Amino acid sequence: MAMDPEAERQRTIRVRNRALVAVLVGLVALFYVITIVRMGG
Amino acid sequence: MTELSGAPAMDGVHLATPTAAGVAEYLEILKPRVMALVVFTGLVGLSLAPGHLHPVLAAVAVLCIAVGAGSAGAINMWYDRDIDALMRRTARRPLPTGRMMPGEALGFGVVLGVGAVVVMGLALNSVAAALLAMTILFYVFVYTIWLKRRTPQNIVIGGAAGAFPPIIGWAAATGEIAWGAIALFAIIFFWTPPHFWALSLSRTDEYAAAGVPMLPVVSGLYETKRQILLYTLVLWPVTVAPWLLGVAGDLYAAGTLLLNAIFTVTAVQVCRDDGDRSARRMFAFSLLYLFLIFSMLLMDRAGGNWH
Repeated sequence: MAMDPEAERQRTIRVRNRALVAVLVGLVALFYVITIVRMGG
Repeated sequence: MTELSGAPAMDGVHLATPTAAGVAEYLEILKPRVMALVVFTGLVGLSLAPGHLHPVLAAVAVLCIAVGAGSAGAINMWYDRDIDALMRRTARRPLPTGRMMPGEALGFGVVLGVGAVVVMGLALNSVAAALLAMTILFYVFVYTIWLKRRTPQNIVIGGAAGAFPPIIGWAAATGEIAWGAIALFAIIFFWTPPHFWALSLSRTDEYAAAGVPMLPVVSGLYETKRQILLYTLVLWPVTVAPWLLGVAGDLYAAGTLLLNAIFTVTAVQVCRDDGDRSARRMFAFSLLYLFLIFSMLLMDRAGGNWH
């Protein structure tokens, strides 16, 4: 059965948004770790 | 057609109507296979550099090199989407197939590039950040926009962009550019032409149809094969340079001579072959060749096999 194109589009955008949140959280963690390491050095 | 920004469109090229791009499309335009090679060579440059770098900062440096390479790849795909649509090898990419809007690719590429350079500068040092920025700009403006569609020497000069990662890795660790790093640069720089020309020998028609002046299209098969052989011969002294500079040990020197012998034999076979079978074999071996050369440098370093 063919999927509704609009539903498929919404699903794609939802997955993309979640990936973006993951990237942003990852960046926050990355900057935190970099700061700790640089301060320690 | 939704068009946020554009490279010069070629007559008769139809690009499908874009839709919302997913995560897979965003990852695909980063050219993951090219990125893997860039990460590996950058890591070797970082590992061979003298001194000690905190493992977290080393990982950040490699991440920045990877993201920078992805940025250049995304901007390249944005600019080349018209000719990509004309070649079998590239026609299924997200932009020619309309799975991603041009503006999305350009914006993504620019944001990644700026981010990678800024993080490299903040976490490592300004020399590495400047080299990373220069590499991205060189790939986009000198190779993609200026040379690729104008001269058969496109990949010779443009290949410098792909050769910079070991220097960036080295600079990230030491804050300077040394002869050892330049030797690694030279290996990739002189490896790039025979690697790409071997590929282009089996895709001459596609490049001609897209109007890309690759060497076989402009100068013919004979001249291309001659150039391939010449560059493989130049690689003999170039690959020995790290050993002469004391960056690599005897294990590397012995291995590199063997690899050069095989690489030269494949180039001779390409010269003798009227078809493209040898060229495809040489293209495949060229990837293994570079991987093994840099792996031996890494192994020599790990084993402390200095001479």
